[in-house]
Amino acid sequence: MKSRIPVVLLACGSFNPITNMHLRLFEVARDHLHQTGTYQVIGGIISPVSDNYKKKDLAAAHHRVAMVRLALQTSDWIRVDPWESEQAQWTETVKVLRHHHSELLRYLPQEEGRGQGRAVSPAPAAVPELKLLCGADILKTFQTPNLWKDEHIQEIVEKFGLVCVGRAGHDLKGYISDSPILQRCQHNILLVREPVQNDISSTYIRRALGHGQSVKYLLPDTVIAYIKDHNLYSTGSSCKGNSAQNSEGEAS
Amino acid sequence: MENPQKTEVVLLACGSFNPVTNMHLRLFELARDHMNATGKYRVIKGIISPVGDAYKKKGLISAHHRVIMAQLATQTSSWVEVDTWESLQKEWVETAKVLRHHQEKLEARGCEQQDSPVLERPGRKRKWAEQRSELNQKKTLEPQRKDVPEVKLLCGADLLESFGVPNLWKREDIANIVGDYGLVCVTRAGNDAQRFIYESDVLWRHQANIHLVNEWITNDISSTKIRRALRRSQSIRYLVPDLVQEYIEKHNLYSAESEERNVGVILAPLQRNTAATNSRTTTA
Repeated sequence: MKSRIPVVLLACGSFNPITNMHLRLFEVARDHLHQTGTYQVIGGIISPVSDNYKKKDLAAAHHRVAMVRLALQTSDWIRVDPWESEQAQWTETVKVLRHHHSELLRYLPQEEGRGQGRAVSPAPAAVPELKLLCGADILKTFQTPNLWKDEHIQEIVEKFGLVCVGRAGHDLKGYISDSPILQRCQHNILLVREPVQNDISSTYIRRALGHGQSVKYLLPDTVIAYIKDHNLYSTGSSCKGNSAQNSEGEAS
Repeated sequence: MENPQKTEVVLLACGSFNPVTNMHLRLFELARDHMNATGKYRVIKGIISPVGDAYKKKGLISAHHRVIMAQLATQTSSWVEVDTWESLQKEWVETAKVLRHHQEKLEARGCEQQDSPVLERPGRKRKWAEQRSELNQKKTLEPQRKDVPEVKLLCGADLLESFGVPNLWKREDIANIVGDYGLVCVTRAGNDAQRFIYESDVLWRHQANIHLVNEWITNDISSTKIRRALRRSQSIRYLVPDLVQEYIEKHNLYSAESEERNVGVILAPLQRNTAATNSRTTTA
């Protein structure tokens, strides 16, 4: 029986904060990959960007990592990896992929030297493929001049592969046909349709928090509690007690 | 700091909740924020009232499970709870009657001067009792007394637009719901909802009682999609609370079989209202 290719999904981003939508990406991507019959998803990694990315309103990396960790407490297959967030300089996505790929190879069970009368495993230990998991908006950014190096896009798509989850208002196939590099490596780009439109952006969450509005059910309760405990994303700490009176007493 | 003139509001959501999803729960949060922000209202409670099995909707699983899932879903909420009255009735109950049931319950409680549904500060109880004894002097039969909370129907735009489906609602019920209680309607397409109100005489007449709440982000987690995903062994994580997902999995609630329930059976309101129409025309 043909064995499936093991895959690890890696998502890079600000996760400022992490939301249910980010978590959904993993679930939807895994289902899709399994459905193809070709892949077996064996793990997921969330890699929050470092503070040096210098994006506006970016909460400190240790907070963002802590929030992701809380969000993943109930997941049995996705984990957070702080390596990227701990780097002194901003790290290009392709380098993050290279890093995690070499880590994957390092921790492979030692079956490369088979053939010398060793105990045989049911199937040769296939090297897991590391794929970049992203939303449609990331695929679109490949078009932005100077945001990505062409050779990086090429390496990401050719050597690793992309799993791209669709989002309202984005034409995935259009983005691919608009880019020669992407078009060339189409076979390595898996487009996943998300049937449940779920457009929870971190920006929206930050804005709602700044206004004292509820964000319950958009991200895990544990993350909401962390945000409140550390007073993240409020436009001013003195605003904590204003119109949010009625939301403050929540168990979350 | 609390304005004693604010009307207290209880948000009541009726529906199948088959199953309850994060979207249902979001409706409550959005509605509460909106009503509180007007400065005129203070939302004190949210109620999820799952419909009874006699509703006969296709794919509707037993009320027992739907109630438990809703309870699991609201476990971490400090203000939204589940009420089983409607689900326990043998016959299907019109939404207007469910609203009336809950409004009367609040009024009865108010008259007995017992604890209010939600008291956040002990001092308010005394203040409230004083107010009520004053207002009791000028007691009227209208439920709009500021001291008794007002029950309002919380819904999405689909319910608002379902008012237009023939025989689904009694005309007098629609008037009753928007006239005597009020609607809090959460919608992404505010313009469509406004147009719908404009094009309906009864809704237009009571537009002051219809509060449209903007949902800026697309949050399309419908129960139908959840059930479909489950039939296809796809993950529903992060679309419903974890406890609900675990419960569904443990009891294997949704399948191709469960989706076939009530196939060929006429929906209770359609049956009731069509029969009523028929009897009216034959006796005319």
